[in-house]
Amino acid sequence: MKQCLVVDDSSVIRKVARRILEDMNFEITEAEDGQVALDECRKTMPDAILLDWNMPVMDGLEFLTSLRVEEGGENPIVVFCTTENDVAHIARAIRAGANEYIMKPFDREIVEAKFQEVGLI
Amino acid sequence: MTPSEFEFLKNFLKTKSGLTLSNDKQYLVESRLQPIARSTKLETLSAVIQTIQRGGNRALETDVIEAMTTNESFFFRDKTPFDHFKETMLPALLENRATRRQIKIWCAAASTGQEPYSLAICLKEETSKMAGWRTRILGTDLSQEVLEKAKTGIYSQFEVQRGLAIQMLLKYFEQQGEMWQINAGMRAMIEWKKLNLLESFTHLGEFDIIFCRNVLIYFDQATKSEILGRLARSIPDDGYLVLGAAETVVGLTDAFKPVQGKRGLFQKKQTVQASTGSVSSPRLAVAGIQR
Repeated sequence: MKQCLVVDDSSVIRKVARRILEDMNFEITEAEDGQVALDECRKTMPDAILLDWNMPVMDGLEFLTSLRVEEGGENPIVVFCTTENDVAHIARAIRAGANEYIMKPFDREIVEAKFQEVGLI
Repeated sequence: MTPSEFEFLKNFLKTKSGLTLSNDKQYLVESRLQPIARSTKLETLSAVIQTIQRGGNRALETDVIEAMTTNESFFFRDKTPFDHFKETMLPALLENRATRRQIKIWCAAASTGQEPYSLAICLKEETSKMAGWRTRILGTDLSQEVLEKAKTGIYSQFEVQRGLAIQMLLKYFEQQGEMWQINAGMRAMIEWKKLNLLESFTHLGEFDIIFCRNVLIYFDQATKSEILGRLARSIPDDGYLVLGAAETVVGLTDAFKPVQGKRGLFQKKQTVQASTGSVSSPRLAVAGIQR
């Protein structure tokens, strides 16, 4: 079973994402900010990370930048999932090493389509 | 909606658009036509159907036909046909058409445009192999309304996230507030025309590739066969027909055979290819099935 780390400061979003991803046969871990997510990754590197941008303590972009220089941190497929929906933000995320990008609001179909796009399903 | 109203609607759709509606599709009728009932202030589905029964309301007839025949569409829907396009169809045609340097593609159920634009993106991504080539994509649909949308190339945030890789969005689209518009260069690659597949399409000429996915499913067997026969006449011997993943030509036509290992992809049968002149000859087609 593939592991997916869901990183979002909203417990509601984490719950929604968990439900969708569990149906897609992922094993889910959750983190409420970038720092907690980084600690999780240092314990076990997941196969996929669904990543919010705006979070307290450490935001998504900082997390991604830190992740990519960690040992094994180049492996997880990172899909941003954020309300930041302008070209500038998307381009920055891709440059920082994001594999895909979901603009909120999202639904099951979008998550499936994006995960398929990056070969996770 | 009473059983007799449903029966009338079934016959109406069958005659006007060829759509075959089975008896278990009442829910579909209700979900698709309820918005029309509201927007026309007729309020109920029964009132909509009775108005059509009385006749003379062409606008309402068109609305009902369009609502019932329109499909939701995604970019790169089902993915596989576009892999076939890049890996099988395009390389073969680039070789076979090396002197003429022209490829014509027809999307016979273009709907809101995602399929033709996906093909345009594929072609753009292969630009390096296609210097000096002319490509033409024609998108047709029964519904004028969806074609108008297709033409603008404007899609919601939801629509551009279904099937379109984020890099493709950045590369080929411009953000317009909450919406995304495919850029003018891509829009110029496609021509749009209203067309009912039940009517003749010989005037459109020949196409090297025809995408006709998930349309024939709405027609009965005889109509399917008839349309497939006419599609065969619009495709040169080395051209391709693309149907939906769940669609088959078995028992419907002898003009096409599936391409081995390529789901949904069809080519004309050798026997038909070998013939000169009338590829539509029923005798030749029958000969094809006898092996």
